[in-house]
Amino acid sequence: MTRERKIKNTDTSYKTLPKVPSGISGLDEITMGGFPKGRPTLICGDAGCGKTLMCVEFIVKGATLYNEPGVFMAFEESREDLAMNVASLGFDIERLQKDNKIKVDHVRIEREEIEETGEYNLDGIFIRLGYAIDSIGAKRVVLDTIENLFSGLENESIVRSELRRLFGWLKEKGVTALITGEKGNGMFTRQGLEEYVSDCVIFLDHRIIDQVSTRRLRIVKYRGSVHGTNEYPFLIDEDGISVLPITSLSLNKQVSSERVSSGIPALDKMMGGKGFYKGGSVLVSGTAGTGKTSIAAYFANQVCNEGKKCIYFAFEESPRQIIRNMKSINLNLEKHINKGLLQFSASRPTLYGLEMHLVSIYKAIKAFKPDVVILDPITNLITIGAMSEVKSMLIRLIDFLQDEQITVMFTALTLNPAVSDQTDEGVSSLVDTWLLVRDIESNGERNRGLYVIKSRGMKHSNQVREFIITDNGLDLVDVYLGPDGVLIGSAREARKIEEQTGFALRDYAVNAKDREINRQRKTLEAKISSLKNEFESTEEQLNRIYNEELLRKQVLEKTREQMTRMRRGDENGAAPKTPKNKK
Amino acid sequence: MKSEKKWELRLYVAGKTERSVTALRNLQKYCEEHLKGQYKIEVVDLLEKPQLAEGDQILAVPTLVRKVPEPIRKIIGDLSNEEKVLVGLNIIPA
Repeated sequence: MTRERKIKNTDTSYKTLPKVPSGISGLDEITMGGFPKGRPTLICGDAGCGKTLMCVEFIVKGATLYNEPGVFMAFEESREDLAMNVASLGFDIERLQKDNKIKVDHVRIEREEIEETGEYNLDGIFIRLGYAIDSIGAKRVVLDTIENLFSGLENESIVRSELRRLFGWLKEKGVTALITGEKGNGMFTRQGLEEYVSDCVIFLDHRIIDQVSTRRLRIVKYRGSVHGTNEYPFLIDEDGISVLPITSLSLNKQVSSERVSSGIPALDKMMGGKGFYKGGSVLVSGTAGTGKTSIAAYFANQVCNEGKKCIYFAFEESPRQIIRNMKSINLNLEKHINKGLLQFSASRPTLYGLEMHLVSIYKAIKAFKPDVVILDPITNLITIGAMSEVKSMLIRLIDFLQDEQITVMFTALTLNPAVSDQTDEGVSSLVDTWLLVRDIESNGERNRGLYVIKSRGMKHSNQVREFIITDNGLDLVDVYLGPDGVLIGSAREARKIEEQTGFALRDYAVNAKDREINRQRKTLEAKISSLKNEFESTEEQLNRIYNEELLRKQVLEKTREQMTRMRRGDENGAAPKTPKNKK
Repeated sequence: MKSEKKWELRLYVAGKTERSVTALRNLQKYCEEHLKGQYKIEVVDLLEKPQLAEGDQILAVPTLVRKVPEPIRKIIGDLSNEEKVLVGLNIIPA
């Protein structure tokens, strides 16, 4: 709904509320530009929730970043105390005062020093404030905490009417003012200041859940402007306040079709031969001791080898420990650290709350500008937050990283192999690529199998690969698919040997058969030739009989002719014709 | 007589308003009655000298500040209640 309204706003040419950037990281995103320009804003919350600090940052950032001098009217702390308190955040108030960028005025109200008699007004404050504003040309004003007037002065009705006049006067002056107020019973402020300051109210909160404290900020109202309505966690650290928008409003992110190698060639091959998408998110999950950290370290190593930057958030092991352990698989991470390409950031998950973790991760990334981020492992974050909280944190992290086109790899420990396919801190549905490393137990040994469970937008292998860790590094090998199912580990090796033996035997067998056939052929050939001989001799015999017969016939004929001739005595007559005709 | 001025009073006002005139008149009257010859009154108009407001921690006007004798005491308002002023300035004991 907010987005729709925003679009409407930008489409029309109506003049929208002018705003003043606070300079507080993240806050201007939520307020969509900053505090209302020239109007007072109320900052309220419990003691110690960071009201004063937010105001100081507003003034200091205004003076240093936006060239807007500011007046800080302190009703609680003295000038020296204030300067000292914020010096730890790197704000040099003394110097800024000398440069006439900031003016701090401490209004001390001691009730026992003051006697009231008759009518008065608070022109003293007006004059002091006006003088301070005019002397440095201030555009920003902070009144911290003006409610102290109520405790310092007896005549509450005068204070009230004067406050109303003061806020009107501030508006007239055109300064952007922050007014702080302590949280009251059932009200935003103890004295109901929200009555007077109605343009913008921001509520700060400091909650402790399960012994972990989280600061949160909410914009209660912001007249004339669209704003984020959620509770936003914020953080106070050595750089001041950082507010973190919980959810990014849109899903229209830049996507890249560039690919990033995982550092394990065989793994790249499983994912279309090229590896992960740049800016994508990768989850490596698996049971204990399956080599998740090794995969992560390999990835980091590959990234650094390509001359890109990687930041490694370690939640379990110390950086030294990881470096030492990775040496055992022939991985030298130290050289990348020395080159400034790899940065380790190790912290115990229980050190601070989830939000704090997120903000510190966020800040480290902003500072280091890495190409790849590794979180190892995210499982331990569960110890400090509920599953849903961890998930929402990771969503935000993934959102942020995607915006920045940073590839991220999470590792997650699955405790119970039975549900290993189900959830891993609930992020398995969010990530682009999910690798699962699993122990496969058979024949009295444990071996690792690697699956690419999903990998969005690329062709990926559906096969289980055996994941082996050797002194030389990581590799994936094809598992042996035999008649008895998948064989891995030494069973696979044994099978291989067996197969090799089989080949030799078969070769030998083939040779033997060949020889046998040769022999048979020879025998047959011999048989054929003997049969031929036999045939020839038979043929000859036949010929001889025939010739004999012919011969005998001729002889017979001759004899008969001679006999006839002898009978007839006709030697030259037709006698020879007759026998021929008869024939 | 000059060295005898044990009471140094300063009255902060903002312009010549009716209230500031009343306050000054009241003050002068009380002083004449109780501290004749021993006091000195200085009137500071903050509209003319706003830089002086911070030094004496002025919030309200009119404000009467007793600089001497120490400790500093402040009375705000038009000083219409004589007893309160005298007690406030420690001229008469409370």
